[in-house]
Amino acid sequence: MSRVVVGGIRDWKDFGFLFLCIGATWVGILSLAALLVYVFWDAIGWIDWQFITSPPSRFAEEAGLYPSLVGSIFVITLVGILSLPLGVGAAIYLQEYSTSSFLTKLIETNISNLAGVPSIVYGLLGLGIFVSTLGLPHGTVIVGAFTLTLLILPIVIVSSQEAIKAVPDTLRHAAYGIGATRWQTIRSVVLPQAIPGIMTGTILALARAMGETAPLIMIGAATSIFTSPRGIFSPFSAMPLQIFAWSDLPQREFQHGVTPAAIVVLLIILLSMNAVAIFIRHKYQKRRR
Amino acid sequence: MVVEPSKLTSLTGKSRSLSERVIKWFFFSCALLSVITTIGIVFVLIVDAAEFFSKVSIIEFFTSTRWSPTIKPAEYGVLPLISGTLLVTFWSAVIALPLGVASAIYLSEYASERVRAIVKPALEILAGIPTVVYGYFALVYITPLLSKIFPSISAFNALSASIVIGIMILPMVSSMSEDAMRAVPNTLREAGYGLGATKFHVSTTIVFPAALSGIMASFILAISRAIGETMAVTIAAGKYARVVNPFNVGDALLKPIETMTAAMVEIGMSDVTGDSVAYKSLFAVGLTLFVMTFLMNVLSQYIKSKYREVYQ
Repeated sequence: MSRVVVGGIRDWKDFGFLFLCIGATWVGILSLAALLVYVFWDAIGWIDWQFITSPPSRFAEEAGLYPSLVGSIFVITLVGILSLPLGVGAAIYLQEYSTSSFLTKLIETNISNLAGVPSIVYGLLGLGIFVSTLGLPHGTVIVGAFTLTLLILPIVIVSSQEAIKAVPDTLRHAAYGIGATRWQTIRSVVLPQAIPGIMTGTILALARAMGETAPLIMIGAATSIFTSPRGIFSPFSAMPLQIFAWSDLPQREFQHGVTPAAIVVLLIILLSMNAVAIFIRHKYQKRRR
Repeated sequence: MVVEPSKLTSLTGKSRSLSERVIKWFFFSCALLSVITTIGIVFVLIVDAAEFFSKVSIIEFFTSTRWSPTIKPAEYGVLPLISGTLLVTFWSAVIALPLGVASAIYLSEYASERVRAIVKPALEILAGIPTVVYGYFALVYITPLLSKIFPSISAFNALSASIVIGIMILPMVSSMSEDAMRAVPNTLREAGYGLGATKFHVSTTIVFPAALSGIMASFILAISRAIGETMAVTIAAGKYARVVNPFNVGDALLKPIETMTAAMVEIGMSDVTGDSVAYKSLFAVGLTLFVMTFLMNVLSQYIKSKYREVYQ
């Protein structure tokens, strides 16, 4: 989109206003920079092989992230396995099957409302449904995975819908024209085209799930645990929970050493997930041209 | 001519076999899951909150000024928690809304395409940082910094939490407002320039009012997010439930408070059992929180659809 370049800076009011707007933008950028610089600076010297492979400890030098790192990866993998088919399935129904505009509108409104529900309330949902009603054991991998799946489903559905919407109708018409059924059209024409967009949205949603703390506290996940989960019914901890537990400790070695080290590990994983998502989107945009 | 896919597929590509129908039903149940989730949330909150209100009267819950669910004598007044939540929400909005709109004006009206392509995603990274990290940042870096300006500040205080939540919701405001401003057609700007207006006048008297519905919607969503924010306030703002006097700004901001969300985490981490009143109070507070954010989200959608300016 091109902008008109007439009417530039002409008087002090113009200049002052531009100055304010640039200043405001810098506040955001500088906050991000300050956060990253402080945290990375404090983490230097604390992230090493021992930190990645040890269980937590009350001695800062021996403390490690291993059980919560494994816990996070385990839970997020399950969330991915659950939310991808469910989210894409819902998106396919809304974009390809639904003929009732009332029902579609109802479900879409509902999804956008769900996206605005605070994450801690999903924790209460998990506690009330999966633990109290279904009787699944408190604080286990399976309950965490179910809860986080429900939390990110709205994001997965909306981004999958966008990806499916972007597939041109001409392709569908061509498939129907040679006698394909609706499912055949979806499977061999729509989905292959939409998969990069779906993957981008899903990875971003999983990154969101990986950073969540409050819902996991509500379902009773451990804030600090010494063994990594052995199965889906094992109790677990996740990196944000471990960070929460450590940030509560008053010792300097924890406040300015172990905690920022854990934050850096978490941020590196989240930024890598974002980078993968951006890479997929970029590659896909190139291919489409 | 564009054929509506729904019309087209009613002629061709009909569900011809059993497997086609089974697949359709699978996808339908996926879509239905989101509705079931909503029903589940409402159901869980209402059922457990109702049990709570059978033990503690709803009048006491909304009028008592003391909250101490785990210390005897237990008292369940939600007012201190609501006041804490509103305090943090208000001050984070004071930080984020003007900064967000000003950034949006810069990105939409002034910045070159190249600057925008770098700055907008960079701001959005702020929204992707886990909230627990913001809590740590407020407690370990911001509060010590603030104590140089306000020596009387407590180690846990509402101000540091408000600042980080303001930073956290800033990209929501700037991104969504910028989208709304970019949707304002250039012809309106050109008309302004044609009358001899400066960029300042065009931005503030043409673009800003034209994008107002989108900007308001972004405000409400950001405020709703601040209300439901949990970890930053749990870590940085303390766990001291008190009714805040919003006009005594120093007392309100420099001392510990407790929000609804922080109180829920506190109960969630304590060893209360599943059938105690304290445990049930979790759901009563959760329901209050859910109703508040739900109303905000509905309002945001209403403003967006009602006052949406459709430009060709």
